[in-house]
Amino acid sequence: MSIENKEFKPLIVAFCCNWCSYAGADLAGTSRLAYPAEIKIIRVPCSCRVNPMFVLRAFQRGADGVIIAGCHPGDCHYTTGNYYARRRMTLLFSMLDFFGIEKERTRVDWVSAAEGVKFSTVMNDFSKKIHELGENRRLGDLRCKMPIEK
Amino acid sequence: MQRIGVFVCWCGTNIAATVDIDTVVEAMKYEPGVVHASDYQYMCSEAGQSKIKQAIKEHNLTGIVVCACSPRMHETTFRKAAKAAGLNQYMVEIANIREHCAWIHKDRKEATEKAVVLARTAVAKLNLNTPLTPGESSVVKRALVIGGGIAGIQSALDIAEAGYEVDIVEKQPTIGGKMAQLDKTFPTLDCAACILTPKMVDAASHENINLYTYSEVDSVGGFVGNFNVKIRKKARSVKADICSGCGICTEKCPSRKAENEFNLGLNKRGAIYIPFAQAIPNVPVIDRDQCIKFKTGKCGLCAKVCPADAIDFSQQDEIVEKQYGAVVLATGFNPIKLDNFDEFGYSQSKDVITSLELERIMNAAGPTGGKLLRPSDNGHPHTMVFVQCVGSRDTTGCGKTYCSKICCMYTAKHAMLIREKYPDVDVHVFYIDVRTPGKNFDEFYRRAAEDYGVNYIKGMVGKVAPTNGKLLVQGSDLIADRQLVIEADMVVLATAIEPDQTAKSLATMLTASIDTNNFFTEAHPKLRPVESPTAGVFLSGVCQGPKDIPETVAQASAAAVKVIGLLSKDKLMCNPCVANSNELLCNGCSNCQHVCPYGAIDYVEKEFRAGGKTSLRRVAQVNEAICQGCGACTVVCPSGAMDLKGFTNQQIMAEVDAICR
Repeated sequence: MSIENKEFKPLIVAFCCNWCSYAGADLAGTSRLAYPAEIKIIRVPCSCRVNPMFVLRAFQRGADGVIIAGCHPGDCHYTTGNYYARRRMTLLFSMLDFFGIEKERTRVDWVSAAEGVKFSTVMNDFSKKIHELGENRRLGDLRCKMPIEK
Repeated sequence: MQRIGVFVCWCGTNIAATVDIDTVVEAMKYEPGVVHASDYQYMCSEAGQSKIKQAIKEHNLTGIVVCACSPRMHETTFRKAAKAAGLNQYMVEIANIREHCAWIHKDRKEATEKAVVLARTAVAKLNLNTPLTPGESSVVKRALVIGGGIAGIQSALDIAEAGYEVDIVEKQPTIGGKMAQLDKTFPTLDCAACILTPKMVDAASHENINLYTYSEVDSVGGFVGNFNVKIRKKARSVKADICSGCGICTEKCPSRKAENEFNLGLNKRGAIYIPFAQAIPNVPVIDRDQCIKFKTGKCGLCAKVCPADAIDFSQQDEIVEKQYGAVVLATGFNPIKLDNFDEFGYSQSKDVITSLELERIMNAAGPTGGKLLRPSDNGHPHTMVFVQCVGSRDTTGCGKTYCSKICCMYTAKHAMLIREKYPDVDVHVFYIDVRTPGKNFDEFYRRAAEDYGVNYIKGMVGKVAPTNGKLLVQGSDLIADRQLVIEADMVVLATAIEPDQTAKSLATMLTASIDTNNFFTEAHPKLRPVESPTAGVFLSGVCQGPKDIPETVAQASAAAVKVIGLLSKDKLMCNPCVANSNELLCNGCSNCQHVCPYGAIDYVEKEFRAGGKTSLRRVAQVNEAICQGCGACTVVCPSGAMDLKGFTNQQIMAEVDAICR
């Protein structure tokens, strides 16, 4: 039998760029559009600031999913940052996949400052996916997890 | 070791209703580095801020974490407070427990847990903060206004009046924009030209204003205070400095096939033309696609008749490169294309027109000399039907989801003017809702409906069928609950408006953000409505959202004030969160230089002493005045020499660790 989903409390790290996605998350908040509490946002100036090391670190520390959200292609506040992020993460994700960390545990998506609805949809969808995949056992240090409360 | 103070805000009940404040405060007391934790109802208030200042002094704090709303909201507020208490203003971190927590989670336990995690993440980051000092950059005391409609003209005039130089770039051969095409304006029924053309003249004759008409912005570089803009002056084929504007060339031009854009194709114009009589500048332009000289090499009649010898067929596009301190976007709107709305018969009958076309027909300087004539046979119409919300408030995907805001009022205006001039014409208006929020707007609509006998019908039109020279309008009357068929002579469609297509490319050039409808987004929908999130870029008029003329002018002046405020400064504080390279670690690979979008990284040869030997190495150096702090370079650095102040690798790692704990 697989682990019961009821007990599984995933841990999701979201890197959001300051100009679009973080503002999109703010708009989702202002519009009271819910997404699961397991998603914790880290603010970065641009999606290109996200070093692949950060993603690896998150997985090592027990995160079950990592999502990187930036401005839409062509709309980057720093002109080209999100293109770098996209390429880097494409490489990283396929490498992680090779290591046995499912591709679905990672995602890059584009949310503009005006897309509160999209932010919440993307986050809900990503969280659903992580729930389906279950715990990150391959790289995750399970000692880092909060004890499951009965 | 840091001495950190944590301040948890209730935000009234906004946060306190879903997050248990005491739990957060209690949990924070055990975080590393935290020496003080407290809460208050409104941290951003005067009392809340003085609480913070007091605590900084009392506990000798080296940094503070404020658990409150989004840093995009009050980060500056708390930084100022910290500065006032003698702290470096970059020793402040915000944990966003309102937008990212309290407002989106209903379960109190879950929200409180998340708030604790967010707070401890901020503490973990702050533990690694170092005081930062912002650099300074100069401000070019000149503004660029993109778009020469009423919004652009008003902004430019206000900025120029304050004593700063302004350049207006307009892609059409004349300034004036959409307002120049209008006949009368609601709700006062003044004539649009009478109030606009003096302003156009003011703008053109103002010593501080420089017009670039028939020009486009080619590229934008730089940043607030120092934008570097390339303007393409398209070839007019007429020497503007010599031309006297006599207009003989436009009369003699033998080519008469081009559609007159100013009259929306209701009549024809020559290949060399001045858009309208009051155009500014009053200099013709040759439409090279229509000109016989350009097409076949023969003709050249305009050059022969020109008394000033101003025609220049060999003229080329010219690129002007200039520096600006601020940019105002005033790119305006266009009515949408009606391809998706074939049920109204716009493509099938000439007598189905848009409201803007009706403006031209009603205008004394228009194609019919101001007479209301059916476009198909120049006959006098007896029955007219207006259809509201064509493409506006449309959730089917064919049109726009938003309300175009101006249509209800201009339709009331059209109906009123027609009934006044031609009492024999029956006017019917099909509407979904009549929206009249504005000073004297509802009174105006009531006058149209009650005093002028305009027949308002609540309902939608399903089809307009051209039949035997008439238009059969099939619609529903929701109040009487019946289907109607009206035999009309003319149908006027209140077409939705959309941002000009240049908005998208300008947004990319300026890295200003636009929404899904291509309207420019404002920095804050309520508190910063005329600023773009990109510093130094301001919004004026319909490019930000549908609005009428008074609102446009108000916003244009507001944007001008913001520009004046910016240009009045001699120095701007730069963002201190910029990249810096550790020269001892740098291996000189140039990766960072290749990815930098601003060219902010230079390589220099430097001497290093190690192990008693001196060696010359090539190392990266960041120009802090140019660096915008995106961090692209930090990731490509193989030796870990490049880091971003305020968002260092260590800080973000610490944040990751704090979340996954």
